[in-house]
Amino acid sequence: MNRAFFAALESIYPPQRLLTRDVELLPYESDALTAFSAKPGAVVLPVNEAEIVDTVRLCHDHAVPFVARGSGTSLSGGSLPIPEGLTIGLNRLNRIKKLDPQQRIAVVEPGVINLSISEAAQPYGLYYAPDPSSQSICTIGGNIAFNSGGAHCLKYGMTSNHVLGMKVVLADGTVTKFGSESVEGVGIGPDLIGLFVGSEGLFGIALEITVRLMPQPEVYRTVLAAYDDLGRAGDAVSMVVASGLLPGAMEIMDRLAIEAAEASVKAGYPDAEALLIVELEGESIQVNTEFERLQGIIQQSGAFELRVAESEAERTRIWKGRKGAFSAVGRLSPDYIVQDGVVPRSRLGEALLAINALKVKYGLEVANVFHAGDGNLHPLILYDGRAVGALEKAEALAGEILALCINLGGSITGEHGVGMEKRDYLPAMFSEEEIDIMQALRRSIDPREIANRGKMFPGGEAPALKLQGLHPLEKAGVISRE
Amino acid sequence: MATAIEKCVHCGFCLAACPTYSLLGEEMDSPRGRIYLMKNVLEDKLAAEDAQPYIDRCLGCMACVPACPSGVEYGDLLVSYRALQEAERRRPPLDAMARNLVISTLPYPKRFRLAAQAGKLGKALSGALPLPFASMLNLLPDQLPASRPMPPVLPAQGERRGVVALLPGCVQQALAPEINFAAAQVLAANGVEVHNPPDAGCCGSILLHVGAEQQAQEIARRNFIAIPADIDAIITTAAGCGSGIKDYELLFKGQPDAERAIAFSRKVMDFSAYLSTVGMRAPAGFASERRVVYQDACHLLHAQSLHSEPRNLLNQIPNLRLLPIADAGQCCGSAGTYNIDQPALAAELGRRKVESILAVQPDLVVSGNIGCIAQLRQQLQSQPKPPPVMHIAELLWKAYTGSD
Repeated sequence: MNRAFFAALESIYPPQRLLTRDVELLPYESDALTAFSAKPGAVVLPVNEAEIVDTVRLCHDHAVPFVARGSGTSLSGGSLPIPEGLTIGLNRLNRIKKLDPQQRIAVVEPGVINLSISEAAQPYGLYYAPDPSSQSICTIGGNIAFNSGGAHCLKYGMTSNHVLGMKVVLADGTVTKFGSESVEGVGIGPDLIGLFVGSEGLFGIALEITVRLMPQPEVYRTVLAAYDDLGRAGDAVSMVVASGLLPGAMEIMDRLAIEAAEASVKAGYPDAEALLIVELEGESIQVNTEFERLQGIIQQSGAFELRVAESEAERTRIWKGRKGAFSAVGRLSPDYIVQDGVVPRSRLGEALLAINALKVKYGLEVANVFHAGDGNLHPLILYDGRAVGALEKAEALAGEILALCINLGGSITGEHGVGMEKRDYLPAMFSEEEIDIMQALRRSIDPREIANRGKMFPGGEAPALKLQGLHPLEKAGVISRE
Repeated sequence: MATAIEKCVHCGFCLAACPTYSLLGEEMDSPRGRIYLMKNVLEDKLAAEDAQPYIDRCLGCMACVPACPSGVEYGDLLVSYRALQEAERRRPPLDAMARNLVISTLPYPKRFRLAAQAGKLGKALSGALPLPFASMLNLLPDQLPASRPMPPVLPAQGERRGVVALLPGCVQQALAPEINFAAAQVLAANGVEVHNPPDAGCCGSILLHVGAEQQAQEIARRNFIAIPADIDAIITTAAGCGSGIKDYELLFKGQPDAERAIAFSRKVMDFSAYLSTVGMRAPAGFASERRVVYQDACHLLHAQSLHSEPRNLLNQIPNLRLLPIADAGQCCGSAGTYNIDQPALAAELGRRKVESILAVQPDLVVSGNIGCIAQLRQQLQSQPKPPPVMHIAELLWKAYTGSD
C-alpha cells in the first residue's frame, strides 16, 4: 500500500472506519478457519454502496488486492486477509431495503445476516430457505460468494437457487446488474447470477441482492432415528432417497458429534453410535402420509430407536445442537480440521466405512456430522496442535478423505468453498483445461487479479500456515491445562 | 485463562449476541475479537494499554456465553484478565478518582448514603463536571428514600415451607429499600421464614467486576460470618449479586476459606428462582388488566439461565398480561458500573431497549435487578407518559395486597 493509495482511502473514510493500528487489525487476521492467519494492510468499514464502489475503483487503480468480509465465518479461509492488502468489512451494510410479501422477494444489502431475512419475513408467513449452520451470524454477501448451503438445501437448493437479481461492483470498478426482481428469471443469455454466486469473491462485491422468499411450511415433523452403526445410518439415507421421499432435511451425527452437541445444548439426543435426523415439512395431510412411509423405512433400516419432536421447542433444540455441532467439538479437542466433501448419496455407507478405516490408519479421532441427504460429508479431524507433526498428520488424513470423495465420484467441497484451504486440491478435481477456462474468465473480469487474490487457484502468494504448538505462557510455566 | 482462550474456535456465533458488536460493528468490540486481543496481550504480542479500551467496553453481560457452542467460559476469562491488568494499570487522574469513588462508596450503604447526599449538591453542577462524574450523579434520585429497617426474622405465614436469609446487598439498600422489603413480604406470604442478618451486606461482585479482587474477597468474607449456615437458601434480589457469588469459586481459588466460599455460593438463589422452586400461592391479582413487560437482567438471563422462572411467576397473577418485546435478551446498558464507565454506549443501549419496550405499550415494566430499573427509569424520563418501572418482588407484593 503506497502513500497515495492510503491518502485516497483517508479521503473516503473517517479515522474510526479506517483501521490501521495493530490492535485494530489483529482481530481481523483470521476468519473461522484459524489454521491460517494474515495481517491485512488496513481494514475499512464502509457504510454505503458509494464507499464500496470508490474503494474497489481505488484498489483497481493502484493494483491493491482486497478481500470482502462479512462476519468472518468462512470455514475455508475465504475471507482470510491478503497480506498487505485491504480488507473491506461489509457488516455495517445491514439494511433490508425492501420486503415485498406479494411478490415474495426481499432486497438486501450484503451485510444483512441470513437469519434476519427470515425474521423480517416471518410476520408474512414467509422465510428465506438456505440455512447454513452459521445462519444466526453469517451474511448474505458471504453466502453469495460461496453459494452456501445448509441442512434444508436438500429440498430447496443452495443460495444460487434463491437469488433473483443483484447489483455488483466488479473488480475493475464496473457497476452492473444481473437478473431482475422477477421470480421467473430472465431466461435469456448466460446465467450471470450463476456465474457470480459461488465465485468466492474473485469477481467483485455484491452491493444489493434480491432474494426469493418461500411460504413457511404448514407443519414440520422432525424425526430422530438412533443406530448402533454409522454405516447403517448412511444406508438408511439411500433407502429414503430410493423410496422417492423428499424430506426437507436429512442429517447424520456420529457418536463424537452427538456427545459434543449434547454437552453444548442438552438436546436430549439418544445414546447411539449414529443419529439420523429427518425433517418432513409441508401440508399436514401430506406430512402424515410421508411420516407413515418414513417410519416403515426407518424400521427396516435397523434403527433401534425412533423419536419424534413433540414440540416446537424440542425441534429448535434438535436443530440448535446440530447447527452448533462444529464449534461444540471445540469442547472435545483443542484443535480440529473441518472437512467438507461430497460423495454420491448412494455410496454414503461405503464412504463412512472408508473414513473409519482411515481414522484407524492415522490413529486420529474423526467426528462425523453432515448433510446426509446431499451426500455432503463433514468429517471433523481432531488433533492436538501441541504435539509435533500432529497438524501435518491431520492434514494428510484430510487429503485422503478428499481423494476418497473424488474417487467415489463426488467433490472436494459441498458448501464451504475452496478458499485458502483447498487450493491445492483444485487440480485433483478439475482438468487443466477447466482451470484455464476459470482463469481466463477471472482475468477478463479482474485483469489485475486484485479481488481475493491468492484464493481458490493453486499457487499464488499464500500466507503461511500458522505455527501450532505450546502456548508461550505454557512454555514459560505460567499457565497449564487441566 | 489458557483453557478458555483455547476453547474459542473463532466461529463467530457470539457476534450475533454481543451488544457492543451490534452497536459498533467492529471485530475488536466482539467477544471473539476481545478473546483474541487478550490472547495477544498474554502472549506479549500486543501492549495491554492498546487492548484496554476494547476490553473496557465489554459490558460483561454474558450474552455470548449461552451463544457459544464451544463452551468458552468468557465470564471467568474476563474477570481473571481484568484482575490481572488492574494490578498494573495506570489510569488518568480523573478516571482513577471516579473509580476510587465507586470502589469506596458503592459497596458500603452508609458511606453511599452520605455520598449520595453530597451528590445532590453536585447535581446542580453536573453540567460543568467531566462525563464520568456527571453520569454518576445522573443516576442518583433527587431524594433518597427513607431506609426500611426489617425485623431480624420475618415469620412464615401458614405452613412453613422454607427458611432463607435475605442478602441485603449494597447500593440497593440505599436507593431502593422497598425492594427487599417487598421480597421479604412475598416470601413470608408464601410460607417462607425470612432472616435478615444485621451484619450482612455487599457480596463484592461490583468490586470483582472492576477488577478489585482483594477488596472483593474481604467484603465477601463478612457475609460468611453474618449469615447462618443452617438455612435452605440465601436469597438475592439483584442479578449481579447472584451471578457474582457464583464466581466465588474463582474468586477464592487457592484461599484458605475456598471451601466455605463454595458452600456459601451454592446456597445462593435469585428471588424468582427460589419462589418458583417452592411454588407460589395464588395472589389476589389486579382488578383490571395490567399490561406488563418483563425486562431480562443479563445476569439473570445469561449468567443464571433464568428465563421461564420469573415469567411463570408473573403469568400466575390474575389479570396480568405479559408482553414479549423485541431483542429481549439484549442488555439495557446498565451492566454494573457501565453507565458510569461508558456513558455514551450505555445511553444508546438504553435508548434501544426503551424503544422496544414502548412499542408494546405496557402499563408497567418489571425487572429483577436494580441496575436495569435505574437505567430504564432514567431512559424513560424524557417520555411524555413513562410507564413505572419496578422490581418483580414489588409487583408480586402489590398482587398479594391488591394495592395498585
